[in-house]
Amino acid sequence: MKFGVVRFPGSCDDDDALLAAGRVGEATILWHADRDLQGVDAVVVPGGFSYGDYLRAGAIARFAPVMEEVAEFARDGGLVLGICNGFQVLCEAGLLPGALLPNVSLRFVCRQVSVDVIHADTAFTCACEAGQTLSIPVKHTTGRFYAPDVELDRLDSGGQVLLRYAPGQNPNGSLRDIAGVCNEHGNVFGLMPHPEHAVDPLTGSSDGLSIFESMRAHVAGRVLV
Amino acid sequence: MSGAVRARVLVRPKAGILDPQGQAVERALPALGFAGVSNVHVGRLIELEVEDPDELPEMCERLLANPLIEDYEIET
Repeated sequence: MKFGVVRFPGSCDDDDALLAAGRVGEATILWHADRDLQGVDAVVVPGGFSYGDYLRAGAIARFAPVMEEVAEFARDGGLVLGICNGFQVLCEAGLLPGALLPNVSLRFVCRQVSVDVIHADTAFTCACEAGQTLSIPVKHTTGRFYAPDVELDRLDSGGQVLLRYAPGQNPNGSLRDIAGVCNEHGNVFGLMPHPEHAVDPLTGSSDGLSIFESMRAHVAGRVLV
Repeated sequence: MSGAVRARVLVRPKAGILDPQGQAVERALPALGFAGVSNVHVGRLIELEVEDPDELPEMCERLLANPLIEDYEIET
């Protein structure tokens, strides 16, 4: 299992993502200007401030050469995980539904939150149990998930909302407490909390590891079949 | 070919989407003694020079605005 972690100018969680992915498999950096995905089994688009977040968070990064390859990889069914800024990039690129708006508080929030696993039968959550609560930090200013009501209904009924903030924990005003959503095919997933920052008890929680373990298990299962 | 056209694109949050920036400004003005202010929304202004103004709508759709969350208005 080989993870590729995208590095844009302005990425800042790429090293932690590399470290987290490296705990469950091999992990390598994918430079934003390269078009070579180096044969990875899964791509992680990490947090940070890609291209300065100019115009809108994620708006410029989606035109990076590597993102064209990532989009094609996703179209072919490859696993793509977007964390925080990576989630924003994937929404801007149209690989995920919805958009991320400034937090209702207009403040940067940085704290540990509890998120409930809504569906555990997916490539990104199969190492969890449905109903399990994960303790994972958030740190962002633009994390309020928005989609029109009809789209939200579709996401709910299609089982695409994989993570929700636990009651009372919504840090940004996300509609329907949505913390993470996947695309229709279930191979692209974005979330605002940072699982890569929660992979060692030393920093308070290792719950985030289960997202990476799920991806590894999914890829391993696919290879066997 | 010499005539680049100056254009302005106004981008604002779509009606109905919670706009905390607008609300914050709306709350701040009365604090300074300005009464009777309502419906404040904060967007952004993009000024540009373009050779082909017909391309502006596509520029807006694909980059300058996110049509899911923002409305735009082109002035040339």
